[in-house]
Amino acid sequence: MSHPATVTRVAIAGEFSIFTAAAVRDQLLAALGGAAEVEVDLAQVTELDSAGVQLMLAAKREAAAQDKVLRFTAHSAAVLDTLELCDLSAHCGGPAATGAADTAGATP
Amino acid sequence: MNLDDALHTFIVEARDLLEEMEDALLRIEQAPDADTINAIFRAAHTIKGSAGLFGLDHVVAFTHVAESVLDLVRSDKLPITAELVATFLGVCDHLGVLVDHVAAGTAPDDATHRASDELVNKLRGHLGEPLPAKPATAAAVQPALSAATSGGVETDHWHLSLRFGAAVLRNGMDPLAFLRYLTTFGRIERIVTLADAVPRLSELDAEACYLGFEVGYHTDVDKATIEGAFEFVRDDAHISILPPHSKIAAYQRLIEDLPHEELPLGEILVRCGSLTKSELAAALSHQSAPGESPIRPIGEILVERKAVRPQVVEAALDKQKQVKEHKRTESGLIRVNAEKLDEHINLIGELIIASASARLVAQRVGMPALLEAAARLSRLVEEVRDSALTLRMVQIGATFNRFQRVVRDVSAALGKDIRLEISGAETDLDKTVVEKIGDPLTHLVRNSMDHGIESAEIRLACGKPAHGTVRLNAYHDSGSIVIEVADDGGGLCRERILKKAIERGLIKAGQQISDQEIHELVFEPGFSTVEQVSDLSGRGVGMDVVKRNITALRGTVEIDSVEGVGTTMRIRLPLTLAIIDGFLVAVNAATFVVPLDMVVECMELSAQETEAAHGRDHLNLRGEVLPFIRLQQLFDIPEVPDVIDPEADGAFADDNTQSRYESSSAILTAEGAAALARDPELAFLLQPVKRENIVVVQYSGRRAGLVVDSLMGEFQTVIRPLGVVFNGLDGISGFTILGNGNVALILDVPGLVRRVAGREGRRTAKATAYALTE
Repeated sequence: MSHPATVTRVAIAGEFSIFTAAAVRDQLLAALGGAAEVEVDLAQVTELDSAGVQLMLAAKREAAAQDKVLRFTAHSAAVLDTLELCDLSAHCGGPAATGAADTAGATP
Repeated sequence: MNLDDALHTFIVEARDLLEEMEDALLRIEQAPDADTINAIFRAAHTIKGSAGLFGLDHVVAFTHVAESVLDLVRSDKLPITAELVATFLGVCDHLGVLVDHVAAGTAPDDATHRASDELVNKLRGHLGEPLPAKPATAAAVQPALSAATSGGVETDHWHLSLRFGAAVLRNGMDPLAFLRYLTTFGRIERIVTLADAVPRLSELDAEACYLGFEVGYHTDVDKATIEGAFEFVRDDAHISILPPHSKIAAYQRLIEDLPHEELPLGEILVRCGSLTKSELAAALSHQSAPGESPIRPIGEILVERKAVRPQVVEAALDKQKQVKEHKRTESGLIRVNAEKLDEHINLIGELIIASASARLVAQRVGMPALLEAAARLSRLVEEVRDSALTLRMVQIGATFNRFQRVVRDVSAALGKDIRLEISGAETDLDKTVVEKIGDPLTHLVRNSMDHGIESAEIRLACGKPAHGTVRLNAYHDSGSIVIEVADDGGGLCRERILKKAIERGLIKAGQQISDQEIHELVFEPGFSTVEQVSDLSGRGVGMDVVKRNITALRGTVEIDSVEGVGTTMRIRLPLTLAIIDGFLVAVNAATFVVPLDMVVECMELSAQETEAAHGRDHLNLRGEVLPFIRLQQLFDIPEVPDVIDPEADGAFADDNTQSRYESSSAILTAEGAAALARDPELAFLLQPVKRENIVVVQYSGRRAGLVVDSLMGEFQTVIRPLGVVFNGLDGISGFTILGNGNVALILDVPGLVRRVAGREGRRTAKATAYALTE
């Protein structure tokens, strides 16, 4: 299935919002282009807005279309809070879905 | 972003649409065709859609039911009957009431709600009728349906349906921020993020918004507060807010109104906890006709998770088509605020005055180039004036067409078969006048139908056709518009009016009285000759009000009636209330304006004639009696010292006779007149003797002479209303400012003619004798 060697890790830090969305988009597209599996580290994300959320959804979709795997890991509190708000935890890999959560709490 | 403006547009549009709908309904009764049905459907559909945008849920819910019935008509499942048309006319009226409430910013009262429910029940009757015996599958749903349609859904939370436009993010707003804000005064019970529109990353525009949310929301605040939360995205998003326990119909409408690609919206509503499964099924199956119909119950389809619904597609297509059609008709028109237009016309008024004064200066200077420029300027100003006035002009047809409905309703109420004939619908008149003429016209039309037209039996006995006819006609006549309301009924009964008038002490028994005067009596307050008061008219309230309203518009109303043949009521109104072509006359130092349209001719009053007419108030005009008024006496204008005393007339009689032949036929040109007015010395030299001129004016077929000192020519006049203090001043209808800054009073010719004619009427016999002896 997946080969650990081809896993690319990407970390998003700081604001993940409308202001950074275009840059993050390019970053993720590049990562997907060069690897069969991409892990996106969200530990350093301080803020996630609608633009960020839909970008995460789009990235998932892109990966699926390319028959690749894209995972979000290490969701920060800010990320979890937002995903919880729009009930997308299951979809974008909240703590329950990935099991890789290093951030406790945030789950009501 | 300005919600009030948008709402105002909605109100204006809704009223237009309702008017169209009513027209179409009236047409369809005679000739049903697909286009007309579609027009009605579209009108209802558009009102529903727009009302939804403004969260006017009661309007939406009501319109929705009507639309469902229309849909059946459109797909030939329901025949068009008189009863159906009547119901829909009621729907039309009721929507009008609802829109009025919106316009006034008031909530509909209980009576309105009752009317709503009544109509909805009627409509449901139509919806139910074509349904055959319920098939087994639908049977289970049916109880839920009846429970659901009569009451609300089970859930006690609000349902918010949010669709954000692509530009929201770019405009600096974050949809999630709105959700967060919502949590400050309530609790989001359930939320479903609609991410289906989000494309794959490579196709994503990172700054466009693709999201939508369906939210089950629990709160104690009112709707306005929730709406307030979305104030800033109103323009960029589609927000629907359903209160707790909303009618199933509201959800149904929500599902329909969001033909959102392939979203299983119904399912989402269930997931949000806003609808239960059975409620959803009820809502959806309610739409389609179960049984043999080729369309399968959508509920079933949706529950099977096949989300493409033919009706949704149809609705979406319909919406597109509608937008296109709308654009086509709108492209040629601009909506302009009436106030702006008035301001524009006021400015043109000022321009006319300014141009007149420029021309005067040019004449004084006498420089040919300047004169030429001034002449060109005034010609252009005249054109601008005419075109500005036509901006305010609307055809009377729209007003006339409204009476189709009035005639239909009233004839139904009276049990008479009455038809309306319209002619002259393309006659233009001022918008202000059109707006104000509606009520008086309605009254006259009702009056004609109620009192004028006899019952079918009497008509047949008189050898008339069984159905009565009311005729509305309009045409232009000497600067006025004439609107006629005619009927082929029994006419005014002279004897009955006389009897009533004597009873009421308006006239004395045995008094000699002309037909015209008898007809005038009808306009006396509280005058009614009808033995039986009907619920439409006959209480004697009204004709006096009609007359007062029309008089307030500087118009008149008269009656022509032949017993047994019919009655024609003729309203005469000025074409415009703003600017007229005036004819300037002078009496001593005072200047007056006579509306040019009413001037028939001008003559010099010879010394003999003056002599002959001395002490009388009528003269012989080519064998006809012409009553006249001396403006000097009427307005008590003091003599100006430097004008020669009238007593001198005799002394200069010989000179006078000679010069008379030179100038009698030549009316002074404007330039000449102005020159005389400007230069008293010149005037003195040219016209050493004070002579009198007579201006013959005509109004509504009657002539009268106005005796003045001098004629000063044509002058474009901007009518200024008189101040409150001078309101109701006899013989004066307004004033204007001349090029030289002087004030000229505008003569109220209709009033003067009436005054003269009244005098004449009382002396008909005497005048006739006079005319014969002369």
